[in-house]
Amino acid sequence: MNSGPHIRIEMLSNPMYLSGARELVSAVARRLGFNDANCSQIALAVDEALCNVIRHGYDRKADRPIWLSLWPLEGSADGTPNGGPHGPTTAAIKIVIEDEAKQVEPTCIKGRDLEDVKPGGLGVHIIKEVMDEVRYEKREGAGMRLTLVKRQAIPAKECGTNLQPAEAKAPTA
Amino acid sequence: MAGGQSLEVQVEHRGDTAIVAPQGEIAYTEATVFRNAMKKVTDVKPTRIVVDLGRVDYMNTPGLAVLVEALQSARKSKTRLVLCNINPKVKAIFQIARLNTVFEMTDTLELALT
Repeated sequence: MNSGPHIRIEMLSNPMYLSGARELVSAVARRLGFNDANCSQIALAVDEALCNVIRHGYDRKADRPIWLSLWPLEGSADGTPNGGPHGPTTAAIKIVIEDEAKQVEPTCIKGRDLEDVKPGGLGVHIIKEVMDEVRYEKREGAGMRLTLVKRQAIPAKECGTNLQPAEAKAPTA
Repeated sequence: MAGGQSLEVQVEHRGDTAIVAPQGEIAYTEATVFRNAMKKVTDVKPTRIVVDLGRVDYMNTPGLAVLVEALQSARKSKTRLVLCNINPKVKAIFQIARLNTVFEMTDTLELALT
């Protein structure tokens, strides 16, 4: 089985492409069974992460590479194992964002104290708040890698409604 | 809306109240447009500023930062800042950032003007 990402795009660190990245992530999450609120939150987390790469990693340079990769995780609506006979029971997605920006110690990447009301510094807090797993690491050579995971239980009546099994497809004329 | 930005900001003055009505997304690229509009309004130091977010369908932390800056500026000049008409997706980010209790919010523009 191919363990590579199901979707991998390379984009420039130009803010004008952020909305496209959000829409891609949100659309994939919806197909994997996430509800609207979680689709929005996943897209928000990715948006914040990409903003941070552009602002802090690349110092707002608009022509540097960013790689965005997506995987449905086991048990999710794409038909991978553990969904059971009644279809998926969990919507689950892994998102990896990689760059060639300056490296920072992962332990130094923290959200700020929310009691201190001031502009800025909220992005990391939001990412950690809305995603189930958040891991920053240095890439070999150059840049950083951020791995995000989000899971959502799908109510039984909704299981398997997002993607139809191949044999259930209507015959074409 | 050229240059990849998808935000327009209308400003209306009714007596001592300024009503700011952004329309579109307030994200990374649009935050500068929003910041400039809010700064112009806060510099006037009206009695009250109402930000009608009814036509904002997306906001992220650069947008939040503009509103926090405006709030800080408004407090210095004893201007009341009210946010209204916030759609649930946008309101969610205020809650995640725990700013929903920092800002005065109303469900409608009419309530914000009372």
